Amino acid sequence: MPALPLDEAGKYVAASYVVFVALILIYVAIIGAKIARIERQISELVEDDE
Amino acid sequence: MYSKGLAPLAAAAAVTITTALALVFFYAPNDADQGFVQKIFYIHVPMAIVALCGFVAGGIFGIRHLRSGDRSWDMRSYVAIHLSIILGLAVLITGSIWAKASWGHWWLWDEPVLVSFLVVFLLYCVYYPLRFSIEDPDRQARYSSVFAITAGAFVPLNFIAVRLAEKYTHPRVLSQTGGSLPGEMRLTFLVALLGMALLFVTLWKLELTAKHASMQLKRLRNRARVAA
Repeated sequence: MPALPLDEAGKYVAASYVVFVALILIYVAIIGAKIARIERQISELVEDDE
Repeated sequence: MYSKGLAPLAAAAAVTITTALALVFFYAPNDADQGFVQKIFYIHVPMAIVALCGFVAGGIFGIRHLRSGDRSWDMRSYVAIHLSIILGLAVLITGSIWAKASWGHWWLWDEPVLVSFLVVFLLYCVYYPLRFSIEDPDRQARYSSVFAITAGAFVPLNFIAVRLAEKYTHPRVLSQTGGSLPGEMRLTFLVALLGMALLFVTLWKLELTAKHASMQLKRLRNRARVAA
C-alpha cells in the first residue's frame, strides 16, 4: 500500500497517541480515587480514635 | 515502603517521555515507505516490549513468592501483570490502528506479530478470574504465582514465534546485526523505550504504594475493632 498523505496519516497517528494518553490518565485517575478513599478512611479512623 | 524514590522516578519518566515525543515529531525523519504513519511505531513497539517484560517480571516475582512465602512478592507480581495487561490493551488498539493505516485492514489473522501478541494478552486475561475466584488469601497468592510463572515462561515464545515466522512486516529493530533503523530513528526509539520503561516502573510503584496503604489501613481498623 502507498504511504498515506499527511492529513490522513495524521488522524491515525493522533488516534494512537490519544489511546495511550487516555489509558494512562484513566489508570492514574483510578489510583488517585483509591488514594483519596484511603485518606478519607484514615481521617474517619482518627476521628473515631479522638 | 514502596513510595521510596517515587517522586524522582515520576519526574524522570515525565522528562524522558516529553523528550521522546519531541524526538518523534521534530527529529526523527518520516519513513521512506510508510511516511508519517510510521510515527505510531515509537509508541506501539516500546509499549509491547515493556508489557511483555512486565509479564516476565510478574513470573519472576511469582518465583520469589513461592520460594519465600512472602505475600508482598505476590502483590508485586499481581501489579506487574495488571499494568502489563493495560499496556497490552493499548498495544492491541494502536497495532490495529497502524494496521488499518498501513495495510488497509484493522486486523490480519495471518500476521504472526499481531496474533501471537493477542494470544499472550488473552492468556493473561485468564489471570483475573483465576485470582479472584479463590477466597483464601494464601491459596490465592500461591495459585496466582504458579500461573504467573507458567505464563511468564510462555512469553518468550512470542518473540521466538515472530522471529521464526516467514513474513517480516514489522521492522526488526533489535537484531544482532544492528537492525534496519537509521540513527535518528534508532535514538528516538531507544528514548521512547526508556520513557515507557520508566513510566511502567513509576505506575507499578504508585499502585503498590496505594495497595500497601490500603492493607495497612485494614490492619489498623481490625486492631481498633479488637480494642473497642
